Amino acid sequence: MAAPVIATGLTLLVGSLLFAVLGYDPLATLQAFFIAPLNSLNGLSEWLLKASPLILIACGLAVGFRANVWNIGAEGQLIIGAIAACGVGLFYPDPDSILLLPLMFFAGAIAGMAWAAIPAFLRARMNTNEILVTLMLTYIATLLLSWLVHGPWRDPAGFNYPQTALLSAAAMFEPFDYAYRLNASVFITVVAVFLMWLFTDRSFLGYKMSVSGAAPLAARYAGFRESAAVWTGLLAGGAAAGIAGMAEVSGPLGQLSPQISPGYGFAAIIVAFIGRLNAFGIVLGGLLMSLLFLGGEAVQMNLGLSAALTRIFQGILLFFLLAADFFIFYRLRRIPEHA
Amino acid sequence: MPPRLELRNITKSYPGIIANDDISMSIMPGEIHAVLGENGAGKSTLMKIIYGAAQADSGEIFCDGKPVAAHTPATSRALGIEMVYQHFALFESVTVVENIALAVSSTFDLDALARQITELSNRYGMPIDPHRRVHDLSVGERQRVEIVRCLLQAPKLLILDEPTSVLTPQAVVKLFETLRQLASEGCSIVYISHKLDEVQELCDTATVLRNGKVTGTARPKESTSAQLARMMVGAELPEMHVSPSVPSDKPVLEVRGLTAPARDQYGVELKNVSFEVRGGEIVGLAGVSGNGQAELISLLSGERTHPNALAIQIDGKAAAHLNASERRKLGMAFVPEERLGRGAVPPHALWQNAVLTAHRAGLVRNGLVDRKQASSFAAGIIERFKVKANGPQSIAQSLSGGNLQKFIVGREIALEPKLFLVAQPTWGVDVGAAAFIRQTIVDLSRSGAAVLVISEELDELFEICDRLLVICQGQVSPPLIRTKTNREEIGLLMTRVDRGNGSNGRAEVAIQD
Ligand SMILES: Nc1ncnc2c1ncn2[C@@H]1O[C@H](COP(=O)(O)OP(=O)(O)OP(=O)(O)O)[C@@H](O)[C@H]1O
Ligand SMILES: [Mg+2]
Repeated sequence: MAAPVIATGLTLLVGSLLFAVLGYDPLATLQAFFIAPLNSLNGLSEWLLKASPLILIACGLAVGFRANVWNIGAEGQLIIGAIAACGVGLFYPDPDSILLLPLMFFAGAIAGMAWAAIPAFLRARMNTNEILVTLMLTYIATLLLSWLVHGPWRDPAGFNYPQTALLSAAAMFEPFDYAYRLNASVFITVVAVFLMWLFTDRSFLGYKMSVSGAAPLAARYAGFRESAAVWTGLLAGGAAAGIAGMAEVSGPLGQLSPQISPGYGFAAIIVAFIGRLNAFGIVLGGLLMSLLFLGGEAVQMNLGLSAALTRIFQGILLFFLLAADFFIFYRLRRIPEHA
Repeated sequence: MPPRLELRNITKSYPGIIANDDISMSIMPGEIHAVLGENGAGKSTLMKIIYGAAQADSGEIFCDGKPVAAHTPATSRALGIEMVYQHFALFESVTVVENIALAVSSTFDLDALARQITELSNRYGMPIDPHRRVHDLSVGERQRVEIVRCLLQAPKLLILDEPTSVLTPQAVVKLFETLRQLASEGCSIVYISHKLDEVQELCDTATVLRNGKVTGTARPKESTSAQLARMMVGAELPEMHVSPSVPSDKPVLEVRGLTAPARDQYGVELKNVSFEVRGGEIVGLAGVSGNGQAELISLLSGERTHPNALAIQIDGKAAAHLNASERRKLGMAFVPEERLGRGAVPPHALWQNAVLTAHRAGLVRNGLVDRKQASSFAAGIIERFKVKANGPQSIAQSLSGGNLQKFIVGREIALEPKLFLVAQPTWGVDVGAAAFIRQTIVDLSRSGAAVLVISEELDELFEICDRLLVICQGQVSPPLIRTKTNREEIGLLMTRVDRGNGSNGRAEVAIQD
């Protein structure tokens, strides 16, 4: 429990120094970074809105990470999920059907899983490195999205902007209040957190995956298939990312454009590790990461800090958090010179 | 002359247990001193404290009369203290010579070091190839690496924590010669072993621990092994009862013409291996480590599969293509030689390690692990096999070596297998527990199970087996009836020289005379 406290303390210290040296009032800056964004209902709504996909994706990724399956392409799976969901929303014959939203949900999940199935197949069958494959597929997904919104799916009535038509109301999650953007999709994340806890803490499949991660030889000794861990890990991450993509188009976005994610898929990797790969920790990690997103925007707009500076500050915090965790498990000691 | 090593009032506790309780002892230069005690008595803990790998809660250590304060393994090595760990501390992914260079650290001339290793290891009858990667080595070979690493340093105090558990008898003889030589040059040796005959042969003095306390000292050369055993266990050893076996008509395990290529360039190719094990009998597989046992056992256990399904049949069903879990469904259970990392997941609790192979015994319901059932299953093993642990919540790697071994053997036996494969069943287990495990294996077989024991300990094999097989250079001998053979015949078969290809490096490792 000491690690997060030490890390936060160090960040505040180094951050204050940094701001002071550059001529900003440290206290005011920190206040604007961490406190001001949460001072309004709208701020709270934005906070949860951004935390939700981060937590959702991190839950899916952590399932694989626990078994040493390294899916770092959640960003690509999110994009593909968003494309599939939006495709259903745009082209389903009855745009007012109540089936539309559930259909889009499944389309997003299945598309995300399908995208993650490619590295799973390659790793299970041909022992390729899933880190490379998932990352490469992210670039492909980004370009595919770009091609769609510039070409075949571009809204004919959209003044040539590279974006699709807006989705119908039946294809969107209802916001809790039309003044704010937070919508019912946060419940998906709540369910995902519970499922993730159930899976990793209680289920036999989750148990097998933890054996694969902690002692591969013991997994082989017991006859747990390595390929099962690879498939489960990647599909869980793919499904979570695909659903997060769907929730973005059916929520705050309402349509596709070339840029649909501020890097949720990558940030979720950090969230998973800050949360030490367990469900409760991931919730805290997601809330923190989301606050960093919001705070970064806020100081840029209100105090005129540069985007680079806010990113440096975010980096410092994450670095200290992960480093503090590391040093809790591995102690460095000076070894006297000899011989 | 001050003692080489003096311990005063060493105390160390772990949560829920006092591993070392006010221990004092001293060892003179050139003395070979045994530390004896049951599993979990605190021997390894004490050695780690001497070596600086663990810190005592209180107490003092003196080396050559000077106090040793706040030391680490590195400072210990600088003082001339070397230790062979019970659970080896080697880096898996690098080669033998690189491992040794890391510990020696004065030299980075790997070629010269490699030559030194080859020369020294051959001289001591423990040949190792310095360029092999550690993760390809069998347990016996790793033990040789650890010992050679220590001997390279010309230590002043050498700590050996069960160094011979997986060495061949021939290598043990050579090792003892070396240790006596070292002692005559003034090196003190602390020697831990559960093999009392070795202790009697080698050691001048002994300290006996029980439950973390010193309960006595002895002069092993002047005591009988029964006396030593009684000091350790605090009671007489139980008698073994081996009733005659009544083998079943059909074999439970049938291996027919099993041929398999080596896993890698250092592995051993299996050549046309055929044998069978019937229900109700115990078959022993003797052989010098590194002659194909690892390959054979991984093929039998299903950790490695074989394309010819009929090469291995379990209970009349083709099984060579099945994985370990599918073979367990046919009634197989298996105890591997590595307990940490293979037979058990080191950072998992005992109840979780029960689920590893006993999940079919009602520990999983509706896809969820039933923690209550798993805990009570683990608690049952702990009680029946007298595993010294804090209960099902204890972490596997916090158990003493012998106690984890008891847990794994107990878990597999509790599954009531039809076919029981067991490698080194009593490795690192104290005399009392070893007798209990052997008796349980005999009882299991007499109740109808087929048992295959892979062991390098001929005494153990002769005590419990009905028939014996010998493996040498990937070939398995025809079966020998225990009562119609003797140690000499088996020993000869174990080191049989295949003159045809005796020139390659493989044969050198396999032959030790
Ligand atoms: N890291 C640890 N955490 C908790 N308990 C431990 C730890 N290491 C050892 N113990 C406990 O301390 C006791 C002594 O263990 P130790 O390994 O010294 O026994 P040992 O005499 O070497 O036994 P064996 O003959 O089985 O090797 C055991 O009960 C063990 O469970
Ligand atoms: Mg020990």
